[in-house]
This record gives sequence, C-alpha cells and structure tokens, in this order.
Amino acid sequence: MNGGLLTALIFLPLVGALFILMQSEERAIWNSAFIFSLLPLALSFYVLYEFNPQQADYQFVEQYDWIPAFGITYHIGIDGISLFLVLLTTILITLSILYSGGGDIEERPREFCFFMLILETGLLGTLLSIDLFLFYAFWEVMLIPMYFLIGIWGHGRKIYSAIKFVLFTMFGSFLMLVAILYLVYQAHVHFNRTSFDLPLLYQVPLTVNEARWLFAAFALAFAIKVPMWPVHTWLPDAHTNAPTAGSVILAGVMLKMGTYGFLRFAIPLFPGVAVEAIPLFMALAVIGIIYGALVAMVQPDLKRVIAYSSVSHLGFVMLGIFALNPVGIDGAIYQMLGHGISTGGLFLLIGMLYMRRHTREISEFGGLWKSVPVYAAIFMIVMLSSMGLPGLNGFVGEFLIMLGGFIRLRLATVFAVAGVVLGALYLLWTYERVMFGPITKAVNETISDLTAREIAVMVPLIALMLFMGFFPRPLISRMEPSVTAMLARANFAQAHLELERQPNRIAILPPSTREPVIAAAAR
Amino acid sequence: MSPFNLAAINFVWLPILPMVIVAIAAIVVLLAGVRIDDGESEGLGLVTLASLGVAFVFTLGIVGQYGIAFAGAISIDSFSAFFQLVILIAAMFTVMMSLDYAAENRIPGAEYYSLLLFSALGMMLMASAGDLIVIFLGLETMSIPVYVLAGMMRRNAKSNEAAIKYFLLGAFSTGFLLYGIALVYGATGTIKLGPIHDALASGSLSSNPLLLLGMGLMVIGFGFKVAAVPFHMWTPDVYEGAPTPVTAFMAVGVKLAAFAAFLRVFMVDFSSVGAHWQTVLWVVAVLTMTGGNVIAVVQTNIKRMLAYSAIAHAGYLLLGMAAGVRSGPAILYYLLGYAFTNLGAFGVVIALERRGETGNMITDFRGLAARQPLLAGAMAIFLLSLAGVPPLAGFVGKFYIFSMALQQGYVWLVIIATINSVVSAYYYFYVLVAMYMQEGGIEVERLSSRPALVAAIGLAAFATILIGVYPAPYMTSAANAFHSASGAEGIHTAAAFDP
Repeated sequence: MNGGLLTALIFLPLVGALFILMQSEERAIWNSAFIFSLLPLALSFYVLYEFNPQQADYQFVEQYDWIPAFGITYHIGIDGISLFLVLLTTILITLSILYSGGGDIEERPREFCFFMLILETGLLGTLLSIDLFLFYAFWEVMLIPMYFLIGIWGHGRKIYSAIKFVLFTMFGSFLMLVAILYLVYQAHVHFNRTSFDLPLLYQVPLTVNEARWLFAAFALAFAIKVPMWPVHTWLPDAHTNAPTAGSVILAGVMLKMGTYGFLRFAIPLFPGVAVEAIPLFMALAVIGIIYGALVAMVQPDLKRVIAYSSVSHLGFVMLGIFALNPVGIDGAIYQMLGHGISTGGLFLLIGMLYMRRHTREISEFGGLWKSVPVYAAIFMIVMLSSMGLPGLNGFVGEFLIMLGGFIRLRLATVFAVAGVVLGALYLLWTYERVMFGPITKAVNETISDLTAREIAVMVPLIALMLFMGFFPRPLISRMEPSVTAMLARANFAQAHLELERQPNRIAILPPSTREPVIAAAAR
Repeated sequence: MSPFNLAAINFVWLPILPMVIVAIAAIVVLLAGVRIDDGESEGLGLVTLASLGVAFVFTLGIVGQYGIAFAGAISIDSFSAFFQLVILIAAMFTVMMSLDYAAENRIPGAEYYSLLLFSALGMMLMASAGDLIVIFLGLETMSIPVYVLAGMMRRNAKSNEAAIKYFLLGAFSTGFLLYGIALVYGATGTIKLGPIHDALASGSLSSNPLLLLGMGLMVIGFGFKVAAVPFHMWTPDVYEGAPTPVTAFMAVGVKLAAFAAFLRVFMVDFSSVGAHWQTVLWVVAVLTMTGGNVIAVVQTNIKRMLAYSAIAHAGYLLLGMAAGVRSGPAILYYLLGYAFTNLGAFGVVIALERRGETGNMITDFRGLAARQPLLAGAMAIFLLSLAGVPPLAGFVGKFYIFSMALQQGYVWLVIIATINSVVSAYYYFYVLVAMYMQEGGIEVERLSSRPALVAAIGLAAFATILIGVYPAPYMTSAANAFHSASGAEGIHTAAAFDP
C-alpha cells in the first residue's frame, strides 16, 4: 500500500534519534540530526508533489492490524487538512535544528537532537493518524520530548514551566481518553463492532446529552493545547522559559495540534454540538484575541510579547474554525500555517538576539537598526507578516477568517477586527522600542549582525511568507475538498438543528455563494 | 482413584511439579548454605536463579491444561499458570538484583535465598489454590518468609522496624482472612471454590449475614496484602525499611499472589453475589487511588514514593474488580505490565543505593542522566510507564482496565481514576526533573561489575516497551487465563466487549 511512504515519514526521525544516541562527537551529532530532519522534509515535499488536489478523502493510506481485540489498527493517511501542517512541521524542525547547532544549544547536544527528532515523530504521527488510539498515543508522545526541551535547555523557571505544561495538557488528554473509550463503546453498541477507526466513529449515533459531554471532553483537551482563553495560562510560562527551538516548535506546530484536533475530531465527530457551541467558542475566541493583544502590549520581555500574541492569533484561528463555513476554515488553516511561519520566525530572531545579549528585556535595547541592519530588516519583514500586512502570509488567513466569521456571526467579527488593530499596535510599538531611537546602552553598539547560518535559517521562512502572501491559491485549492467534505457533516447537522430551533439566529452561507467568495479571496 | 495408579500419580504430580522444584531448591539452598560465608553468597543466588528457571520451564508445560488435583485443593488452569509464570519472573528478577546486594550488605545468603524460594512457593500456591484453606496456607507460606526477609539487615533499625510492623499487621490481617473463610464455610458448608460458586449461584444465600460478614472480612484480609487504603498503613514503612530487592519482591510478587487469590475468590466464585462486594470495592478503589497518589506527591524518599505509587496502582486494579467480571482479563494484563515496570524501577533504585541503605532519596537522582544516560533512560521508561504514557505497558494496561470499566457503566469511577493519573504524573515527572534537569546527586558505584542487575534492568525496560507496543498476544493470554478460571475451557480471544 503506497510503499509505506507516510510510515517512513513518521518513523525516519525516530530512527535518526536512535542513530544520534550512538554518536559522541558534537559536530557529528548536529550533522546527523540535520540530515535526519532533511529526509522527512524531502519526503513531505514528495507527498505534496504526489498529492491529488481533487481528492477530499485520505491519500497514501496505510492500515494494518495492531491490537485486534479492540479493533485497533495502524491506520494513517493524509488529506487537505493535514497536508500543509505536515510540511510546516518538517520545515520548522529542520530550521530549528539548523539554528540550534549554531551556538544556541551548547549543553548536551546529543539529547537535544534526540528529543527534537522524537518530537517530530510525535507531531507527524498525530497529524497522520486516522485511528483514534494511534492518534492518542502520538498525542501523548509529543508531550514528553517538549517537556524535556523546556526543562533541560530552558531559562528561568524552566522546571516550573515544564511541569505546568505537562500537567495542563495531561489533564485535558486523560479526559479525552475517557471520551474516546466511551465513543468506541457506543460504536460497539450500535454497530456491534469494536473499532477506533475515525470514519466509523463519525457515524456513531449519540443522544444529544452524550454528544455534549463527549464534545466537552474533546474540546477541553484541544482548547488547552490551542490554548484558548481561559486555559491559556501555561503558555506564557512555557514559551518564555523554553529554549528558542522549543518555542519555535511549541508555537509553530504544537499549538496547531489543538486547532487541528477541533477540525479533525471534535467538530466532525459531534457536529450537532459544535454548531450549538458556535456562540460560546466565538466569544472565547474574541476574548482571546483582544485579551492576548492587550496583555502582549504591556510585556517587558520580548518573548512574552510574542507568547501573548500567539494567544491572540490562535483566537483568530478558532474564530475561523467555528465560522463553520469553507471560507472561515480555509482561512483558519491558512492562519495556522502563517502563524507557524511568522511566529516561528519571531522566536528564532529573539533567540538570535538573546544569544548576543543574554537578555530579552525590551528596555535593554533601542536603536538596534544602526548596529544590526540586516537583523532589523529581517525582523521587520517577519513582524509585518505576523501583523497581517497584505502581500505577506498573515493577511490572507486573517482576511478569510474575517470573511467567514462575518458571514456566521457579525458581532464577533466586529470585535475581532479590533484585535487586528491592537496587533499592529503592540508589534509596531515593540519594534520601535527595540530598533529605533538612539542607542541607549553601549553594548548594543557592538553586537554583531546575523551570521551566514542565521540568514540561511531565516531566508526560507521569508520566502514562504512571500509565497503564501502572493499565491494562496495552490494551498487553498488543496485544502478545500477536504474542508468541504468535513463541513458537509457539520452543515447537515446544522440543518437538523435549525428545524428544531428559531431560524435566522445563525446565518447559513448558501452553497452557491461559496466558490466565488473563495476565488475572490484567493485572488 | 488408587494411589498406586501410575497414570493418576502422573496427573496429580505434574501440575505441581514447579512448586515441588521450588520447595526442593529452597531446602537445598538452606542446607548448602551451612558451609558458605555470608559475603560469598553469589553461588547460592545462581543456584536459586537456575532452579526458578527450571520451575518456569515446567510451568510453561502446564499452560493449557485444565482440571483439579488433590481432591480439589489445587486448580490446574491457565489462570494459575499465568500467575505462576509472572511470580517466577518476579522471583528471578529479585534474585538477579540481589546477587551483589546480598553479598555487599553481608546478608546471610542461605537464609535469604531459601526464604525467597519458600515465599515464591507460597505465592505459587495461592495462585493455584482450589479451596480456601489452600489459599490460607499459601498466604502464610508466602508471608512468614517475607516478614523475615524484611528484617534481614539485622543491624539496621529501619529494617527491624519494617519486619516487626509487617509481622504484627500481617498476622492481624491473616486473622481477618481466616475468620472470613470460617464464616463463608459456615454459610455455604464447603471450603472448595467450585462448590462455593455453585452454592452461591443458586441465589438462596445472597443475603445470608454469615456470608456477607465473611466476605467483608475476606476483603479486609486481602486488602491488607494488596495494600488497599485504609489497610495500607504498613506499606510505606515496610517498603522503606526492607532491603530494596525484598521491597521489589513485595511490591510485585506479594501483590501478584494476593490479587491472584483475590480475583479467583471474588471475581469467579463470589461473582453471583457481586452486587454486595462491588460497591464496597468501588469505595475502596477510589480511596486507594486517591490516597496513594496524593500522599506520594510529598515523598522525598524514592522507596516511599514507589510504595505509595504501588498503593495507587492497587487502586486502579481494584477499580477493575469493582467494575465486575468482564474486567478480569484487563486486570491480569495490567499486573503483567506492572510487574516488569516496578521490578525495573526498583532495580534502578538498587543500582543507586550504597551500603547501609543510603542513596535512595529523590535528590540523589539529580543529574543521573548526565552521569549514567542509559540507567536514567531506563528509569525514565519505567516512570513514564507508571504514569501511563503511551506506548508503554502501563498505558495500555490503564487503557484496557478503563475501557472495560466504562463498558460496564462506571463512568465516574474512570473519571476519578484519570484525574488520579494526572496527579500521579506530577510525582513521576518530578523524578525525571531530578534526573534530567538538576545537578548534584550521587555517583553510581560499580555498575559495570554488577552484570545481573544491569541485565535485570535492561530486560525489564525491554519488556515494558514490548508489552506496550505489541500488546495483542499478552492480552490474549490474559483473557485465556482469566476465562479458564471461571471454568470456561478452550481458547478465548481477548475480545474487548464480549457479550
């Protein structure tokens, strides 16, 4: 079956991790880690090349029996929702390893590379699993290496942050496990077949009450990961105290596992409840957008600014997802990718600054434009992309999300726009305080500009920002069939719901208007 | 049946051959020890290991046989074979971990190894008991040597305290069990497990006060042995004071044997009056999980922490029992994973320990990853498995038990257990913090000169991963074993949700 392409993609990093354990020379460790991150990168581009953009269903599917007693299978595949997230993962892991080898990580490089590659296996496995047991296993596996990355190579209150991160996420995921088991048992009751296979579980008939509880359990686990306000409190600690590479992967990829979980599991499994929950989640998303932006504005530490900006940006993603229309969800996935690239880039840039000055206090800087012009220029591009400037990646996602959200729930979107303005405010203000003005501290005059390796790390990101800013169509056209298929279920549920309720509370986008809107947005 | 009938003799003796081998080995080791100095007990250890290995091979031979022997005193089925095999594995690991430990700490080898063998014999007897008296005999044969083993380091005050405490409370709890057995006999008129089952299944006894009181006392008796809250008070002190290999043996072997008898009596023979005891166990399970996990959080000594963790795991197992008969296979599978994981964890504790029981504070683990990456890696595997992180044995065990309990409608019990798992993650991860994220701690001495210990840790780590990643065959054996005890012959699949 497809020659095990996705299996190779998932487990090559694991092989690499074990291989690295046998290395002892530092240069060899970094080189082999880099090579073992390039292999899945190449494979993921090959998958992109071979991917059939018209197909809504899973591609490159592999399925083997694993635990027959429970009908658990090793079932993996890729579709339009996961395709680009897989690419994002392989790209960011490769760049993080490339960056970290340049002096950011000096202690225990072998373990660092080991955990980075295990993390990649966990992330890719989570994205590619179709079997819920397999998904849960990978979902938990990715937690452990991140815990070590924060706890060993972090700064400040790193142990506190690492434990807080683990306990928050585990709390959510254990309750999700109970929900999974309950769902599987209901599948057994109704179909007389025990299986953890997602397509089968989509069809389990549940009572409204059951569905609400199960949705709550799934949604809590994913909301913690996203993180949505008010369960976001682990994030600023984890981000601030993680090493640069840890922050990049945490913000760039790991947070997306939460939003991906909503798209893949929580919403399609319980579409009726998801539709019911639209006002709640849109409200939480908007609170997250504005709260994150306001708190980001007053942070004295550069990393904390970006950490809270993640809360704000992921609020946008949630807004797009719970618009529950193709425009909103396409926008949400686009924003997930865009946020991964721009926030990943920002964390890398802050890491580079920290390596030179060993501080991230905004008040320690000022006037850097004069001493490190290349750095300042790159920082500006990345920051503008994070802000959502047209022509860069952030704009497309935010625009589509606003469009989708506006169609669904106008009031929420009106407030969310305020978040865009606030976003511009805190990013520009931060930039101004760091880069412009006179140099107030003598040390800042002598810091060195970016090295060739650092530029090599940033160039691919900037290229992606520009590409995603100017050519959204190739990406969106590949997402769209899967998104539409997923929504077919949610809209079906909505139709049912609306028969029972007052109409007009939730505006439905008629199918005929979908295509032109997308096309217009993409152009 | 004529005693002179050769075929009959064969049939009667073959199934208990492993126990006979262990008994003979115990006597041989004791006698041989007369001529051997305390510091040179390694040879005796190797003899012990070999005899346990032989017993293991013969036990493999009785897998799949079915019947009763000695007029119903011994049950021959896959259930007893399953438990005997795991008990023998636990004993072999204990011996492997004791080889250098006993010599270093000047523990008298002959007594030590022969008591270990006698205790293993008692455990095997409990696992294969066919009537309540044999369960009691097995329990005593198991417990009395362990009382002595706990106090084996005569000059260590904590070891003495452990022995006395364990002996007094153990004797007390045995009294409860015996009283319970007597009352059950009074109610049903038989001590044989099969006939008890038939007597209860008829339904006429279901609210007989003698029976209820008897069952209650037996729950207390077994509760002591499996260290269920509120009968757990002895556990931390005894686990901390006993020589560490003995602690491992208690945490795994004693728990296995106690659960074997507990399961056979309650989940098979008392199954028709399940409504009475399941509610009690519901409460006990919640208390045990919560008590164990919450108190474990504040421990600073790794042996005490593992003791409370063992209590918590008994809680998860009791959860399975409270949820009823269908969780049986899950409990067996869980015990298998638990055995390897805990043996391995105690193995690492032994590796760090120095003469005179120092070096077992959690702070002593600081920086272990930098000095001994493999040892720390193995400990990380054990801790993650105990915390229930996939794809390790501990996770699949929890998954199995929880899904069976959910199936039977115990949603709240499972939710309580999952919240407990989050609490437990805190203290397991704290040891990881010490090993990987802090500095200081102590040097590990002479690891390379202790090949048996290293092999035991390595095997345990391998088994913890294997049983978790590829659980299907072990689930099937667990299901076969459990169903064979409930009298259903033949091959069973480990079907998740049997009707």
